[in-house]
Amino acid sequence: MGGEGLGWKDLEIGFVVTEPGNASSYKTGDWRSERPIRDNERCIKCGLCYIYCPEACIHEDEEGHFEADLYYCKGCGICAHECPRNVIGMVEEKEE
Amino acid sequence: MTKGKIVGLEGSFAVAEAVRMANTDVISAYPITPQTHIVERLSEMVADGDLDADFICVESEHSAMSACVGASAAGARVFTCSAGQGLELMHEVLYIPSSMRLPVVAVAANRALSAPLSVWCDHSDVMALRDISWVQMFAENNQQAFDLTTCAFRIAEDKDVLFPTMVHIDGFYLSHVIEDMVLPEEEEVAGFIPDYKHPFVLDPDKPVSMGCYGPPFIYSETKKAQDVAFDNTRPRIQEIWDEFGELFGRQYLPVESYKMEGARVALVTMGSCSETAMLAVDELRAAGVDVGLIRLRLWRPFPFKELREAVKDLDLLVVLDRAISFGMGGPVCSELKSALYNKREDLKIVGFIGGLGGRDIQISEFKYMVTQAQEKVKAIERGKEVETVIIGVREGGGR
Ligand code: SF4
Ligand code: SF4
Repeated sequence: MGGEGLGWKDLEIGFVVTEPGNASSYKTGDWRSERPIRDNERCIKCGLCYIYCPEACIHEDEEGHFEADLYYCKGCGICAHECPRNVIGMVEEKEE
Repeated sequence: MTKGKIVGLEGSFAVAEAVRMANTDVISAYPITPQTHIVERLSEMVADGDLDADFICVESEHSAMSACVGASAAGARVFTCSAGQGLELMHEVLYIPSSMRLPVVAVAANRALSAPLSVWCDHSDVMALRDISWVQMFAENNQQAFDLTTCAFRIAEDKDVLFPTMVHIDGFYLSHVIEDMVLPEEEEVAGFIPDYKHPFVLDPDKPVSMGCYGPPFIYSETKKAQDVAFDNTRPRIQEIWDEFGELFGRQYLPVESYKMEGARVALVTMGSCSETAMLAVDELRAAGVDVGLIRLRLWRPFPFKELREAVKDLDLLVVLDRAISFGMGGPVCSELKSALYNKREDLKIVGFIGGLGGRDIQISEFKYMVTQAQEKVKAIERGKEVETVIIGVREGGGR
């Protein structure tokens, strides 16, 4: 996201942000310590993971399967918890 | 110079008149003694059609200030008032308009803090608000309550200020006392407080995000920007007071003096008791004591330069605090010591606490402070510790 390099003289009065909706550039994926992986073979395409994801970062692909956008996925594990088929597992992030 | 008319007005009504003449758009307040008459009068004015404002009735002071923040963010001219416990309940929200640079105007009818429950005047509530980054000033009488409230709108909304501004009037001593005062012509007040336009307002056609969250990588920069901007308000406050002085004939200064010619000793006061202190100075002067009076008009941003100038020929400052910073002493006295540290090594500063919870401070007590302070200086010079005295406090202990 923007702003890391800004000095105090660069800020607008009252710290107003003049670019609306810029929260979408905030990389909440940085917070993740575990990432969801899924076994699409057993997925019944019910979409519950999509509905429950608090980050709204799960998208449906052309085949009707669901995938998390790792730029935003915080690794909370709610999708894994809610999946009725237990096809989502959480695996630890490793240093790259 | 303005004509105006001489009227007898209660301090609360003087404030309400200033808010009406400023053509305030939104008022949101919750009644609390001794501020109640201000909001009562304003709600009457709105109900009678004498003031075309939205009066938002809320369930608490926290909500009152929250509504003010929202209205101010939408570009409205906004007023609220409170006192004592009400200011404490409002406390959390008071930091928001100052950080967001929203020019809310407020009047505080200064009141002691519980417990024990007290509706009477002291400055405990003021001292809890020292760090909120609002411009803060003290009135000594009802004329000043009107004048400074009028100036508060101009100061807060000035493009080189844009900080919320609070006028302190002592509860009951001003809020409930009728005094004669000059009420200026409405057109002249309207000319002094023109419509203003904030650089950023809530506008669907030009959307901005306000009050965003500030992660560690930017928070320090926001506070630095706020601190510098707040410090830089001083010259504009003075210029606006000068302009007011020229138009209305009453000049205000960040630090005001009384009978300081040739003085070696000065009392320091804030608020309504300054006028009692003036009478004490008159009597002491008549008795040959070289004493004067320094009144802090501007409390925030603190008037360092003017204070240092005011004390330059003095040997002794005698500071009255109407509040206690428990475990520390008198808060104003501590601040004066800090403001003058390394500037005047030879200046002695002795503090007294008095006027707590509505206890009157008499002329004789100001005179006692001056003589006692001189005794204390001798004790300090002999290397003794001197404790802060609460004026007029009973010792008891006979039971
Ligand atoms: S782990 Fe949490 S944030 Fe990531 S996709 Fe699943 S529900 Fe969404
Ligand atoms: S909740 Fe489980 S089964 Fe349902 S769509 Fe998501 S991954 Fe597939």
